[in-house]
Amino acid sequence: MDGTRRGLLKAALTAAAAATTPVYAQAQGGRHGQAQQAVPSDPALRVKSLESLLVEKGLVDPKAVDALIDTYEHKIGPRNGARVVARAWVDSAYKQRLLTNADAALAELGYGGLQGEHMVAVENSAKVHNLVVCTLCSCYPWPVLGLPPVWYKSAPYRSRSVIDPRGVLRELGLDLPMDVEVRVWDSTAELRYMVIPERPAGTETLGEQELAGLVTRDSMIGAAKVSTSLTGGKS
Amino acid sequence: MNGVHDMGGMHGMGPVQQEKNEPVFHARWEARIFALNRAAGSWGKWNLDASRHQRELIPPAEYFRISYYEKFLVGLIELLVNSGLVTRAEVESGKAARGSKKANPPLTVEKVPTFVANGVPASRNMPVTPKFRVGQRVRARNLNPTGHTRLPRYARGKPGTIERDHGVFVFPDTNAHFLGENPQHVYSVRFAARDLWGNQTAAQDAVYVNLWDDHLEPA
Repeated sequence: MDGTRRGLLKAALTAAAAATTPVYAQAQGGRHGQAQQAVPSDPALRVKSLESLLVEKGLVDPKAVDALIDTYEHKIGPRNGARVVARAWVDSAYKQRLLTNADAALAELGYGGLQGEHMVAVENSAKVHNLVVCTLCSCYPWPVLGLPPVWYKSAPYRSRSVIDPRGVLRELGLDLPMDVEVRVWDSTAELRYMVIPERPAGTETLGEQELAGLVTRDSMIGAAKVSTSLTGGKS
Repeated sequence: MNGVHDMGGMHGMGPVQQEKNEPVFHARWEARIFALNRAAGSWGKWNLDASRHQRELIPPAEYFRISYYEKFLVGLIELLVNSGLVTRAEVESGKAARGSKKANPPLTVEKVPTFVANGVPASRNMPVTPKFRVGQRVRARNLNPTGHTRLPRYARGKPGTIERDHGVFVFPDTNAHFLGENPQHVYSVRFAARDLWGNQTAAQDAVYVNLWDDHLEPA
């Protein structure tokens, strides 16, 4: 898809969202667009009250809670996955190891663990496009991508990506040719999927680090291609 | 259970809307309830499958009304009460019952890095014979259990092909109900998009679903 149409689609989506309620509230089909609820139902207060109870009873260590949050806000995120993809692009032996035994290949770069105990890597090409979803809940490869974005967990994505992946991708700005084979991976077990996107043309002279800078989170879900005009690290 | 969480193939949910420069959490309480679920789960009073099922039990209208992390709050409260770690009266007051003993949390701050790095593997190193082999034609069984299952409705009764055998894993459909881990092989099963959704889809497109031995029968 050309940049103009992608831009127009994005602008249209943004405008539509701004005209009603925040994207976040819409995507959840949730209450965030409504007026504030009465105090007892405010989730912030309910969570605070629950945490204070659990700490008082010695059931959780509040410093462990802080550390878990810090881990997923600051330490583990899509930059990990981008590093893996860049390595796979420059080192075909590594890519083969990643495709045949992802756990071992990711461990070579120090990645693995919670919600990525059993990883599978799938490769996009000119002929095959892979897309990852969890229709039943929100399974996502935390060690390489961090926690999932709201859209990935939303009812529209969970419901439509298996029945109309091409339509979903078109909305997201990626119009796949009809001769491409689309493979949707529904994460129904404890296997977690990451997509190795296609290396864009014209990047032959770039080093591994520069390549990693091009790789976006969405490209590793299969929701976008990697482009040389985008900067990595966002979506 | 045939709940609204099993939404693959449903219509009418609207467009997929992405947020630019989305933060990891949209509010501090989201971060707290995310981490509280993990910290409280470390007591081992329930398992991952039970916690998923707890959120599936949220009534349909409520499931759509509340946000993702509110489901984590609702689910955690039920898990805590059902396992006896807290009472409902304590949840309502936010205070420990008089005379209750103070426990020592299993997940201390020192243990967090190891917990995150090791995770909680669901594979089991057991010699279980696979019921199916790679390349074999299979059919997802037409099961409609009222409890937890990881066999999505859209695949039930549909023919597919075993693409890969991932080895032996805990079976969520029993584990979620504390009826045993029942370890068995998990496969990637390739379903042709047309077998799932009819001729509106491209002939070469496919959906891969991870299914266990007990979800499958020979085609």
